[in-house]
Amino acid sequence: MGNVLALCEFADGALRTSALSNLAFARSAAQAHGGDVVIALMGHGAQAASAAAAKYAPKVVVVDDAKLEHYLAESYAPALAELAKAQGASVVTATATAMGKDLMPRVAALLDAGMASDISKLAAKNQFVRPILAGNAYSTVEVDTPIICVTVRQSEFEPAAELGSAGAVSTASAGSGDTLGAKFEKLDAQKSDRPDLGDAKVVVSGGRGMKNGENFKVLEQLADLLGAAMGASRAATDAGMVPADWQVGQTGKIVAPNLYFAVAISGAIQHLAGMKGSKTIVAINKNKDEPIFQVADYGIVQEWEKAVPELISEIKKLKASR
Amino acid sequence: MKILVPVKRVPDPTQKAKIKDGHIDLTGASWIVNTFDEYAVETALRLLENGESNTRTAGSEIVVVTLGPDDAAKELRTTLAMGADRAIHVVTKDEEIDSLVVVKVLQAIVAAEKPDLVVMGKQAVDGDANQVGQMLAGKLGWPQATFAASIEMQDGGKSFVVGREVDGGVEYKRVPAPAVITVDLRIVGTHAIKNGVTPASFAYSGEGARLPSLKGIMAAKKKPMAVAKLADYGAEAKPMIREVNVSLPPPRAAGQIVADIPTLVKKLAEEAKVI
Repeated sequence: MGNVLALCEFADGALRTSALSNLAFARSAAQAHGGDVVIALMGHGAQAASAAAAKYAPKVVVVDDAKLEHYLAESYAPALAELAKAQGASVVTATATAMGKDLMPRVAALLDAGMASDISKLAAKNQFVRPILAGNAYSTVEVDTPIICVTVRQSEFEPAAELGSAGAVSTASAGSGDTLGAKFEKLDAQKSDRPDLGDAKVVVSGGRGMKNGENFKVLEQLADLLGAAMGASRAATDAGMVPADWQVGQTGKIVAPNLYFAVAISGAIQHLAGMKGSKTIVAINKNKDEPIFQVADYGIVQEWEKAVPELISEIKKLKASR
Repeated sequence: MKILVPVKRVPDPTQKAKIKDGHIDLTGASWIVNTFDEYAVETALRLLENGESNTRTAGSEIVVVTLGPDDAAKELRTTLAMGADRAIHVVTKDEEIDSLVVVKVLQAIVAAEKPDLVVMGKQAVDGDANQVGQMLAGKLGWPQATFAASIEMQDGGKSFVVGREVDGGVEYKRVPAPAVITVDLRIVGTHAIKNGVTPASFAYSGEGARLPSLKGIMAAKKKPMAVAKLADYGAEAKPMIREVNVSLPPPRAAGQIVADIPTLVKKLAEEAKVI
């Protein structure tokens, strides 16, 4: 018997879509462990998301304190570890977001817990499937510690649906809030009206062949036509053509949208690791020998300068005809 | 200032993964220093040198450590050839250890060596787990700055402002020494590391970690490499995380080259039904 403590990220009074994937895993883990899902909401202002969170689990614990104004692993990890103990958790889980990846191993250290990172599936009670070698293989690992920490790969779990009745909301202490001298200085935010890369149903990515940031404008037109998020290969982000957080790949975002456009991207292993789970992949590249065509469902061997504007006009025609 | 850099050897990622008896077959594999760890060694060097005059800060030391079989000494020696000063090789079989064992050993090494900073790769590109840096910081009660894309050393190494690529932008986090910093790919950018010694105008190559020079390779042969075992650090070969088996993902069905854009749009709408 053990509960599953699911740390859920929130924004504007609602759970983030990424958190719903974590809850999907948490529900199956709770069933395997014979316990309940307990949602943890942490941060200054977390209370505002409690009503929304209560629709997804029988229990929500809110740790809302001015000491937690900025996320810092140093102050969040002990508070979450204490909460795990207080809630009788045998599994503590978060989505493998920038925050989840930073925080959860530290929580594991405080709980002497073994950890399974970035998992794609629950195989058995204490067994987890996870991609290794940049997604070129799947490893099933068994973790034999009384408490297990997990991060969940968002693209591998369908978002959890709301439950019929609302769960109980309670509060817990943030503890000392000691940051061990660490300090949040600032966030250089990339503002965008487009969907989050991790949540988007369609992603339009450009690579080195786009040559410069100005040329990405045409891809952005395509993206906006399809309600898509923008992505890029490491070559394009490293060259400073587009913001670093557009990077799709082993070291950037892992995405699995319904439709992925790879434009002027050669298809390095590193990039493929981040997008080959996409349901339909379209590659546009002038060189027919590029490895991207080996994973693409549909390939267009053309220069993007010609292909992308034509694609935009054809999709507009299609939309107009419906 | 002293920096400890834990490194791991990994099978060359350009090799095709093969399965034997339910696990990755590493017979005859070629090995490299994990790229992120190579970047960590590069980071430590950039923090402790004048990049323009190519001179090391007086009194500075970089200690590299690995856990792995006898053969792993070769990759450890590579990091000495890059410019690290001294190595510790904890000899163990890969299947005897997991992240918890590694952290226990590193914690004991930190206690003995008392570094001002631990710098390591954010993850190893074989297991892709991304755990050890954060766990070590947690166990030590030290602050952490993970996924560093830039580092600005201040007050001669008393604190570090680390640029971290997070969802939605770049976060700048300040950590005082001693701390654990894990590095991401962009840390080897031309101006990613500022140490107050190398002139701000100086640009590194931006092409990744430095290659060992011939002189470096010769010097590395004489640099000290201590050989130890798990028990020396109070650790046991008792992993709590065990690999049950490994499988390869099913290959993607072969795609098709489409003649023109109108055909593509028709197929996306009618065949794939995605637009």
